[in-house]
Amino acid sequence: MADRPLSHVPRLVIALLALGLAAQVALRATSAPPRAAAADLPSAPSTAILRLASFGDPIALAKVLMLHLQAFDYQSGSHVPYRDLDYSRLQDWLSRILALDPRGQYPLLVASRLYAEVPVEAKQRSMLEFVYREFFVDPDRRWPWLAHAAAVAKHSLHDLPLARRYAAAIQNLATAPDVPLWARQMEIFILEDMNELETARIMIGGYLQSGRVNDAAELKFLDQRLKELEARLAARTKEKE
Amino acid sequence: MSVIVTLAQTTLTEAVRNRLLWLAVAIVMVALGLAQFLNQVAITESREIQTALLAALLRVAAVFIAATFVITSVVREFNDKVTELALSLPVPRAAYFLGKFAGCALVAAALAVLFALPLALFAQPAGLAAWAGSLFCELLIVTSMSLFCVLSLAQVPSAFAAVAGFYLLSRSMTAMQTIAGAALTEPSFLGRIVNRIVDLIALLLPALDRMTDTAWLLESAPGAGALGALLGQTVIYLVLIGAAALFDLYRKNF
Repeated sequence: MADRPLSHVPRLVIALLALGLAAQVALRATSAPPRAAAADLPSAPSTAILRLASFGDPIALAKVLMLHLQAFDYQSGSHVPYRDLDYSRLQDWLSRILALDPRGQYPLLVASRLYAEVPVEAKQRSMLEFVYREFFVDPDRRWPWLAHAAAVAKHSLHDLPLARRYAAAIQNLATAPDVPLWARQMEIFILEDMNELETARIMIGGYLQSGRVNDAAELKFLDQRLKELEARLAARTKEKE
Repeated sequence: MSVIVTLAQTTLTEAVRNRLLWLAVAIVMVALGLAQFLNQVAITESREIQTALLAALLRVAAVFIAATFVITSVVREFNDKVTELALSLPVPRAAYFLGKFAGCALVAAALAVLFALPLALFAQPAGLAAWAGSLFCELLIVTSMSLFCVLSLAQVPSAFAAVAGFYLLSRSMTAMQTIAGAALTEPSFLGRIVNRIVDLIALLLPALDRMTDTAWLLESAPGAGALGALLGQTVIYLVLIGAAALFDLYRKNF
C-alpha cells in the first residue's frame, strides 16, 4: 500500500525532525574526538574473565582487543607515541591477548617493533624481556620478533651481551625448516659490524623471504618502518656533516 | 490528553499481564546468584568484580526487555487491529504515538528502579542514583528507537534486529572511532572513505557509551556537567527519533 502524501505530515513534526537532527549533529560534532590517552589504559582482567567475556570465541576477542590496545597513547603525527603508557599494564594486556590467541603474531609484532622502540631505555628493556619470555612458548613461530629484539638491543641500547643472549636463544630453539640461515646463525650475524639500516634490511628481507608475510598491510607496515629508519639515519648523517 | 493517558494505562496493564515484572525479578535473582558465584572465585577486588558484572548484565537485560516489550506490543496491536481502531478515533496520530510512548516510558522507569535495587548492596548511594537515572535515560532512547523501528518495519525480527544493531553500534562507536584514528600505516583512499563514513554515522548516534557508566558505582558519582550532558543528549535524541517516528506514522496507510 502506497504511503500517504507528505502534506499529511503536520509542519510541527517536520520542524521537530529538522530541529532534532540539527541539534544531534551539532552536539556530536562539537564534542571532542575520541582519543585513548595513556592514562586511560586500565588494568588487564584475568584470562578467565576475558574468556567469559568472549562468549566462546577468544580469537575474535583477542583481535578486537589488540586493535583497541594499539590506539592507547597513539596520536597521528606524534613523534613519540606510546611513551607515556604504563608498560606493566601494557604487558599484562599483551600476555592476555596471546593467551586468548596463541597463534596470533600481532601482539609480538607491536611489542618488538613499536613498544620496544620508545626512547625510554627502561621501557625498551622491559618490552624486550617480554618478547624474550614469550618466545619460549613457540620459538619456531615467534623467532622474528626476538630477532628484531636482538637488533634493538644491539643498535638502540648498545647492549651486545643482551643481543647475544637473544641471538643464542633463536639459534638453539628456532629449528623449523623455514627459519632463514641468518637467523639460525643469529649470534654471528649480531656480532658482524653492520649499521642499523643494513641489519634491518637483512632481517626484514629474510622475514619476507621466509614466506611468512602474505598480508598487504604488514608488507606496507614493514616497508614504512624501513623508510622511516632510512630517513632517520640520513638526518643523523646530515647533522654530523 | 485523555486518549494519551488511556493508551499509557493500557500499555502498563499489558506489561503487568505479560508478567514482565516477574521476568525482571527472575533476572535480578539470577544476576545476584552469578555475583555470589564470582565472589567465591575472586581472590581480590571481589566487590568491584561483583558490581561491574552485575551492572553490565542488568543494563543489557533491561535494554533487551524494554525493546522486546515495545516491539511485541505494537506488533500485537497491528495484528489485532487495535492500532487501526485507535487511529479511527477523532484524535491525531501523534496522540497514539505519545500514549504508547508514555506507557513504555513508565515500564522503563519501573525496570530502571528494579534493576538498580540489587546494586544497592555493593555501590555507594550517589553513584547508584546517577546510574539508575542514566539507565532510565538509556531505556527511553531504546524505547523511542524501538517504537520508530516497529512502526516503520511492522515485523518483530526486522525491528528487533534494527534496534539491536542501533544499540550495539551506539555503545561501540567511540571505540570504533578510536581504533580508526590509530592506524599504524597511512590509510588508503578506501580506508579514508570508510573512516569518513564511520564519523558520519557517529554524528547520528547517541553517545550511549557515556551513559550508565559502571565507574560511577565503583568510584564516584559523575559531576553535574556530565549529568547535564547526558540529559541533553537524551532530550535531543527523543525529539529526533520521536519526530522521525511521527513522520513515518503520519505517512503510513493502514
